[in-house]
Amino acid sequence: MAKSPEEEHPRKAFGWAARDTSGVLSPFKFSRRATGDKDVTFRVLYCGICHSDLHMLKNDWGYSTYPLVPGHEIVGVVTEVGSKVENFKIGDKVGVGCVVGACHSCNNCANNLENYCPKSIQTYGFKYHDGTITYGGYSDIMVADEHYVIRIPDNLPLDGCAPLLCAGITVYSPMKFYGLDKPGMQVGVVGLGGLGHVAVKFAKAMGVKVTVISTSPKKKKEALEKLGADSFLVSSDQDEMQAAQGKLDGIIDTVAAMHPLAPLLGLLKSNGKLVLVGAPEKPLELPVFPLIMGRKTVGGSLTGGIKETQEMIDFAAKHNITSEIEVIPMDYVNTAMERLRKADVRYRFVIDIGNTLKSN
Amino acid sequence: MAKSPEEEHPQKAFGWAARDSSGVLSPFHFSRRENGEEDVTIKILYCGVCHSDLHIVKNDWGFTRFPVVPGHEIVGVVTKTGKNVKKFKVGDRVGVGVLVGSCKKCDSCQQDLENYCPQVIFTYNSLYHDGTITYGGYSDAVVVEECYVLRFPDNLPPDAGAPLLCAGITVYSPMKYYGMTEPGKHLGVAGLGGLGHVAVKFGKAFGLRVTVISTSPKKEDEAINRLGADAFLVSSDPAKMKVAMGTMDYIIDTVSAVHALAPLLGLLKLNGKLVTLGLPDKPLELPIFPLVLGRKLVGGSDVGGMKETQEMLDFCAEHGITADIELIRMENVNMAMERLAKSDVRYRFVIDVANSLSQ
Repeated sequence: MAKSPEEEHPRKAFGWAARDTSGVLSPFKFSRRATGDKDVTFRVLYCGICHSDLHMLKNDWGYSTYPLVPGHEIVGVVTEVGSKVENFKIGDKVGVGCVVGACHSCNNCANNLENYCPKSIQTYGFKYHDGTITYGGYSDIMVADEHYVIRIPDNLPLDGCAPLLCAGITVYSPMKFYGLDKPGMQVGVVGLGGLGHVAVKFAKAMGVKVTVISTSPKKKKEALEKLGADSFLVSSDQDEMQAAQGKLDGIIDTVAAMHPLAPLLGLLKSNGKLVLVGAPEKPLELPVFPLIMGRKTVGGSLTGGIKETQEMIDFAAKHNITSEIEVIPMDYVNTAMERLRKADVRYRFVIDIGNTLKSN
Repeated sequence: MAKSPEEEHPQKAFGWAARDSSGVLSPFHFSRRENGEEDVTIKILYCGVCHSDLHIVKNDWGFTRFPVVPGHEIVGVVTKTGKNVKKFKVGDRVGVGVLVGSCKKCDSCQQDLENYCPQVIFTYNSLYHDGTITYGGYSDAVVVEECYVLRFPDNLPPDAGAPLLCAGITVYSPMKYYGMTEPGKHLGVAGLGGLGHVAVKFGKAFGLRVTVISTSPKKEDEAINRLGADAFLVSSDPAKMKVAMGTMDYIIDTVSAVHALAPLLGLLKLNGKLVTLGLPDKPLELPIFPLVLGRKLVGGSDVGGMKETQEMLDFCAEHGITADIELIRMENVNMAMERLAKSDVRYRFVIDVANSLSQ
């Protein structure tokens, strides 16, 4: 007979979970596995709120299981390491992102692309090797296989770097893979939210000229003055968009809602690349003429492998890049989800787990 | 006042043109410019019938100027050379493809990508530098600037080699650009027509495993036994499509009608590339999840530059690659267009211009 979440593992744990598709989170007692030979256990200090958490809470993608403890932008301090752990010790600052397990025998795993492994195990809501469901970072402790733990360099503030573990890698990986990271290139970023604002920062650090493309004219000042974008296009302004035709080497499109691709394709130079990292649920219209007449491409990307995630964090540390965040107490989380749904955040909520997650 | 097609240039010319969007072609007297210092005059021997010719005569894309003389898969013999012409002499066998002019100054032109020049001039239905409309290869002769003329290898048959000038380069260029040339990798070719059958031949020459993806089961025998494909997948068979999911490194999609991309994306492995070459008259539906979850991409490509087209012809000469054609007489061109509309050709019509175009 299946054990309850509180009983299935030997170590007590506490977090907030949603019990159904209302997505409303509330206190939840559960348990974590004992620290295995290759495991790292850490006390969670901060966890970013990713838009995917909201989708999963509401079962927008149809595969959520309840109770669901979200959170895959998790940072904290190591409290215990297994006997075979080589790279971490107690007291280290660490993080865990979107993946906590994979098959390690397929081509993707062999190429450090665990995120694309057909058997990859997501940090929450997935069946782990031992048959139990994974619970994410809206909780007091995490236990993860060393392979999936990221070291956080000392100079990165823990709260500001938490969102890099998903938002950061989600934009960093395609910028590298699609070659949009060369100094002097002109790259557009569509959508100025959790992903978009980090993309601007990474691009500037890579020496790339950045154009933010947004539906909200009021984001212009911050885009240019605070985030360092070189220019700003209001996508509903026909004249602005027309004047910018054929100027961009690439575009990172972070918008998950339905939106037209044709105007974005028009902004690309010949051989330009439009990379989608937000995934609308329904297909988009793809006008073929611009693709063919300009030898343009439309590609996608999903987070990144562990090796690249570490590389991204080290890059962020070197360039002092963190996410712009609003730190919230645990009991504000449902309000935060409502605000996130309306895109009312600059630009990522981060839950102050260490100071505000209290079991009674 | 605008001169008539017969009067606007000094040299008489004769061909077949469509006068309106019924697309029906009929005899047409017009004229060609004087052979300039950089020009070469070519007596046309053969001209391939490209599906784009059909789209243009019917004005499917909305930008046809009638009367239109189609034809951009031209093979012929040089009859005159301008005084600055260095690469050709009278009697040389040459080819002319899809473009006859460009700006020569922009980034694309500087990189031998004249086909992507914003001011590219197409072999027919385009405005030339002198303000007149270009007329294509369904005609007795054409005058072309030297740098847009290709040397046609001696060991390539001029009739079966004509379609290479559009169909050939249209698949060769993206196969190189998108890296579809690694021996042992798996290429899917969607659509077995003028482009598709040449893509199969190139794929085998590059050492790839090739699977033809088609809606017509009756094409299987030829695909495997005659064209050398390794496998054949009927796209309307859900069970077979399911088994083939995630098995292909790349797909060349030659289908020109509106069609579903989702099943093709499903056939690709991680990082797989789908290159679409057909020009449907409406947008296609692009599901985003497969792109994101599998880091896949969809790209386009449009013929190729002059340098690459020459490279492609030389590659074909080296590997003995030609198109599979049905040779027709000029007066049968309308019937050929009707059959082409129903995909009833294996796999390209070529007009025997020199032997059948008569006034």
